[in-house]
Amino acid sequence: MCLGIPMKLVKIDGANGVVDSAGLKKTVNLSLLKNARIGEYILIHAGFAIEKVKDSEARKTLKVLREMEDEIR
Amino acid sequence: MRYVDEFRDKRLIDTMARKIRRAASGGSRAHTFMEVCGTHTMSICRSGLRALLPDNVRLVSGPGCPVCVTPNSYIDKAIAYSRLNDVIITTFGDMFRVPGSNSSLEKERALGGNIVMVYSTEDALEIAGKNPSKPVIFLGIGFETTAPTVAEAILEAKRKRLKNFFVYSGHKTMPGPLKALASDRSIAVDGFLLPGHVSAVIGSRPYGFLAARFGKRCVVSGFEPLDIMQSILMLLKQRKPQVEIQYTRLVKPGGNPTARKIMREVFEETDSTWRGIGGIKKSGLRIRKKYSAFDAEANFEVKVRESKENALCICGDVLKGIREPEECALFAGSCKPEHPVGACMVSSEGACAAWYKYGTR
Repeated sequence: MCLGIPMKLVKIDGANGVVDSAGLKKTVNLSLLKNARIGEYILIHAGFAIEKVKDSEARKTLKVLREMEDEIR
Repeated sequence: MRYVDEFRDKRLIDTMARKIRRAASGGSRAHTFMEVCGTHTMSICRSGLRALLPDNVRLVSGPGCPVCVTPNSYIDKAIAYSRLNDVIITTFGDMFRVPGSNSSLEKERALGGNIVMVYSTEDALEIAGKNPSKPVIFLGIGFETTAPTVAEAILEAKRKRLKNFFVYSGHKTMPGPLKALASDRSIAVDGFLLPGHVSAVIGSRPYGFLAARFGKRCVVSGFEPLDIMQSILMLLKQRKPQVEIQYTRLVKPGGNPTARKIMREVFEETDSTWRGIGGIKKSGLRIRKKYSAFDAEANFEVKVRESKENALCICGDVLKGIREPEECALFAGSCKPEHPVGACMVSSEGACAAWYKYGTR
């Protein structure tokens, strides 16, 4: 139910937006998410945008994980 | 970056497995962590993560599947609504095959009931718009990730002045059962992997009592294998019980205030019955009187016989993490995905379905 793959917001049209996932476009409702911007990746659940992905945090998480790899070696 | 494949990197997963082994070694201490999200259940089983964990780290599945924790009485009433003249029932797909006391929505459709599977409340609104003379009842099942979408649908119905759109709310909220689980001495868990997307809405603050009052270690976890592995490592490394966020790319301590405001505008907290656990205070959502024009329970009267659960089905214990699916007499015999007996087997996120499909290791 909760497995939402983040999708890129490519268009905003009032309360709705269009997201793109590997070429497949879908209309989603943006009413639950303030300030969604084109180009951002957003989490979609049951046809609604629930939250946007914070790119800086994603990179930070991956950095921590990759540093652990160096520690182990 | 697309935020998916990077969190499935096999080499990093192996690294995490070794880090977990190191963190869990030293001393004979055993660690039991419970996840309370059906999507975590599935992700763990599908990626075979348990096989990478040392023997003294155990992952237990809790009541995280909203379909699985919906009691038979809800399904029986939904079936009763479906038998009313002209009513169109709209529902998420995973409710469709769940057995009630005597029937299921799938069986009712085969008998002529007008029951439609939808992906979103938007689809249900569209059906209501196209069939103005027919009452359309949407079955509102799901936790705080879903409830705001249903709330928004009711607000949209009000704006569009739809007279034939209704919701039968069976929504449940997370903090309530976590309190019940943490205080239940028969369930010995050291900590919780907290649900990622529910927390994207409610934030991490509502879980504070789990650490402060019950001494449980908590980490809000993402769903990819690396997220879960990192969360387990964080749980093992906590010196003092606290609530941390591993899934920082989507979860903030304050969550999504917009979604919560919409949810609270339409819904209020109520006591609720959870399959297997029983009644839990303030663990459900009901539609406020202000929006009773959209509340199926306020507008349709149906008679439902006393609901009964299958005597041999141990979904209740499975949902509390006390027993595993394999311990059920019906598992993989009378109860299989093709002909399920209990909700844990029917739901795409149920522990029994996960065990059956992916094996236990």
